[in-house]
Amino acid sequence: MSEPIYALDDVAQVYGTRTVLSVPRLDVRAGEVLAVLGPSGAGKSTLLRLLGLLEAPTRGQVRFHSGERWVTHAEARTEERRQIAMVFQRPALLTRSVRANVAYGLRVRGERDAAERIEAVLRRVALDGLAKARAHTLSGGEAQRVALARALVLAPRVLLLDEPTANLDPANVRLIEELIREQNAQFGTTIVLVTHSIFQARRLASRCALLIEGKLVEVSPAAQFFEAPRDPRTRAFLSGEFVF
Amino acid sequence: MEITLRSLHVTLVALLVSTLIGVPLGAWLALGRVPLRRLALALIYTGMGLPPVVVGLFVYILFSRSGPFGSLAWLFSLRAMIVAQTILALPMVAGITMSSIQSVDPALRPQLRALGATRWQVVRTIAVEARFGILLGVMAGFGAIISEVGAVMLVGGNIEGRTRVLTTAIVLETRRGHFALALALGAILLSLSFLTNSLIMLGQGGGRWRR
Repeated sequence: MSEPIYALDDVAQVYGTRTVLSVPRLDVRAGEVLAVLGPSGAGKSTLLRLLGLLEAPTRGQVRFHSGERWVTHAEARTEERRQIAMVFQRPALLTRSVRANVAYGLRVRGERDAAERIEAVLRRVALDGLAKARAHTLSGGEAQRVALARALVLAPRVLLLDEPTANLDPANVRLIEELIREQNAQFGTTIVLVTHSIFQARRLASRCALLIEGKLVEVSPAAQFFEAPRDPRTRAFLSGEFVF
Repeated sequence: MEITLRSLHVTLVALLVSTLIGVPLGAWLALGRVPLRRLALALIYTGMGLPPVVVGLFVYILFSRSGPFGSLAWLFSLRAMIVAQTILALPMVAGITMSSIQSVDPALRPQLRALGATRWQVVRTIAVEARFGILLGVMAGFGAIISEVGAVMLVGGNIEGRTRVLTTAIVLETRRGHFALALALGAILLSLSFLTNSLIMLGQGGGRWRR
């Protein structure tokens, strides 16, 4: 694996009096698919928001390598932030057409002649027939595909995915997982995938991290994570015996 | 005719000023970190129910010869009327803008940020999402201004050929017993309001983001 694209150092995120995340050290490497596993409320989404440079940690540093330099939330320029795209668990779409939603990220970048790229990504997510449909008339799976498309069309260096297939039917799960795999294999996009599904992590990840109550229990290559986990809590989590 | 044009003149200028101030103010209250936010909200909500006559009195005092702005000599002119109408419409435009922006899904903001929008671009997008509510606020402001009589009567003086507008003319003609004329003026006022609102609705329906 190649050089790190993220470096987390002694990071803690505190909301009110609750420490929701506490990570002494974590690297994300360029070009990998890192799956962050864990039960709900473990701090997975918080970690993702920090990686997305959407908020600053209460303590420590989350640094992103823009290709030229290391930047924190406060230091990142707009063009550096724009190397990262994120898909949320519950997509919030604009009350416009599907195409307008997919075009949004390009439009804020001042790119107006991107019709072909938009059509291409709509075909990839199998929404080319719905390009003119109002986004709020879509089903859950279609809306999530729009959310994925509006991130993919930006050709980001880093794609952050927060439970991208939660509550979706198997056909949509398959389609979305295929797109994630393709994005990583063809374009070398670094992907951090938050999921509670062991099976999804097994299908997609090159490296896995287990987060429990805001703490990283184990981070290891996928093969080792699933076949020979070091931590007893990982074993318990993988076998479904984990009780909270 | 001249009275109608004057009514429209006062209304449109006051509406323009209250929109230019009220929409950004409402957006700021809804999205920004506003110091003394609760106090500002209380003031705005009070402002939405301000008794026009009191506003008229207040503006009258401000612009009277011995008042702080007396030297401008705006009293009994269209300018004083516009000031009073702006004070009346501004809280309405700001308040309705604020609540319509607040009703846009709060989850949208971080998601737009995560797609690379700057803070300013996010604010603009959210305002576009709330466009129908904001338009409603402006329409409510329009309705309040064009139908208002107490404040314009006080600060304008209902001077024939100078500050007489539709509403003050109706009051006068009714008092004189010229009911037919008063009714005709009332009909003009109503159709003006209806026409303007219909135009706005048409514009909204034909816009880029047709529902």
